[in-house]
Amino acid sequence: MSELYRRFGSTLATLFLALIAIWLAGMVLAPNLMMIDYALRPNLLPAEVGGPRDVYSLDNILYLANESVHRAIFFKTVWASALVAFLTLVVCYPLAYWLAQRATPNRAAVVLLALTVPFWINEVLRTLAWYILLAFRGPLNALLLSIGLIDRPVRWYGDVGVLAGMVYAYILFMLFPIYNAIESLDKSQIEAARDLGASVWRTHWRVVIPHAKAGIATGCVFTFMLAAGSYVAPALLGAPGSRWFTEIIYNWFFEGGDWNRGAAYALVLLLLCLTVVLVTLRVARVNLTDVAK
Amino acid sequence: MSAADRIARGLFGLYFAAFFIYLFAPLAIMVAATFNTSRFPTITPWQGTTLSWFNELAADTGMWQSLGTSIVVAFFVVAVALPIGTAAALMLTSLHARARSFLYAVMVSPLLTPGVVIGIATLVLWRQLGVGGGVFLIVLAQASFIICYVMLMVAARLQRFDRTQEEAAIGLGASKFMMFRRVMLPFLKPALIAAAFLAILQSIENYNTTLFVRGFDTPLTVYIATKVRTGLTPAVNALALIMIAATLIGATVYEIVRRRSRNAS
Repeated sequence: MSELYRRFGSTLATLFLALIAIWLAGMVLAPNLMMIDYALRPNLLPAEVGGPRDVYSLDNILYLANESVHRAIFFKTVWASALVAFLTLVVCYPLAYWLAQRATPNRAAVVLLALTVPFWINEVLRTLAWYILLAFRGPLNALLLSIGLIDRPVRWYGDVGVLAGMVYAYILFMLFPIYNAIESLDKSQIEAARDLGASVWRTHWRVVIPHAKAGIATGCVFTFMLAAGSYVAPALLGAPGSRWFTEIIYNWFFEGGDWNRGAAYALVLLLLCLTVVLVTLRVARVNLTDVAK
Repeated sequence: MSAADRIARGLFGLYFAAFFIYLFAPLAIMVAATFNTSRFPTITPWQGTTLSWFNELAADTGMWQSLGTSIVVAFFVVAVALPIGTAAALMLTSLHARARSFLYAVMVSPLLTPGVVIGIATLVLWRQLGVGGGVFLIVLAQASFIICYVMLMVAARLQRFDRTQEEAAIGLGASKFMMFRRVMLPFLKPALIAAAFLAILQSIENYNTTLFVRGFDTPLTVYIATKVRTGLTPAVNALALIMIAATLIGATVYEIVRRRSRNAS
């Protein structure tokens, strides 16, 4: 801190510190603390605020634990988000490997550029594209009917639609960390494994994947977090039977009118994501400093 | 080449083709549906080619209003995020290793927070202060994590800053303020321009956070999502087509600026 003052003088340094304080204290810390405060208080009429019933408790969080429908949707969101992360990994790994180890530099540059194109377009439009593609009388059903794979149109909206749309939306968050990790692997290690008689599978399992572990962990963590916190894909591509935890939170705020319970649910979501992020990174021995690259 | 290799290569070719079809087919279909006369956007069946959905879009006052809201929000997000992100990056480079990695972890934490949670936290804090959702809260909520991107981009450029320049300016009698304005800011300029572009794109495309803090204001993404559920016509596709074109142009400019900022020393 004294270094900041030495470099920029007291006026500028104080200004910088004030700006950082506004951000971290006013825009990050205070909102989160207030959310915790909301989560721990009951939902009261304005007249009752400050009264005898206005006490801290875990009631709102326990409500989630005891309400079987919401609890089921919460756990479903957790495992479905994990599934999204896993599917995205499976979809991206071969391409990441090819880009990092096999492609010529020029080809890799072209493919990387092509990959980024859909991701400059916003998530709502990307999801809209899937909404149109998967419609009951839409192009996918028309195609499958015409080649005879199905006899009658399939209702894709629901779990399948949500999964397809989410994997699509988060490809880049998986691809780039893995690509960066595999790129730093020396080609001679792969050749050595092959010369020593390892099969393709074994080479990947014992050489490439262990080397890319940090990248894989980073990609999975981001994808899981984005999937669990997504609202647009389940809202547009879901069906009544495939509700997502964020939709329940939204309803508490804007339909149920119980912000305290909504804040408690949001807090649970935040804790879930933080736990998954920190545990995964610890297990994979990734430093937080390396994540945001 | 052995038979096994040939099979592996063939399989990879199939996968590669499937990957890119998966990536581009939905967008291509969405764009193509703009030109179909069918009231629900689709390409099957093709009922006739038309440009009329562009006219319908142009006549949609709600869309123009929401576009205006998004532009206002993006403008203020940039105005908030650039100074704070720059200050944060300068702070990071003035710290010793241990303090730096702690502060770094704190500063990237908004990126690891689900967007809906950022929106909700901002909403409840400001309700307690008597301020309801609207453009003001959208700006604050979006900026709270967009600052992280600005900070990362400015910090990346600062890593290649030669500190002797700073000392030379001071040694030649420049005030600290003069040094900041005439040496540091010009050096950071390419990164700041690129960060501003990224901030605008991030702001306009944001949905998850914005949804919770929007109050009665309707930015573009919220407007589109509402349309999808209440009255989707290919006019929305026409809007998508225009946004895709605009984002591609923006992205190209961004890439050029970024490369220039990487190459310029």
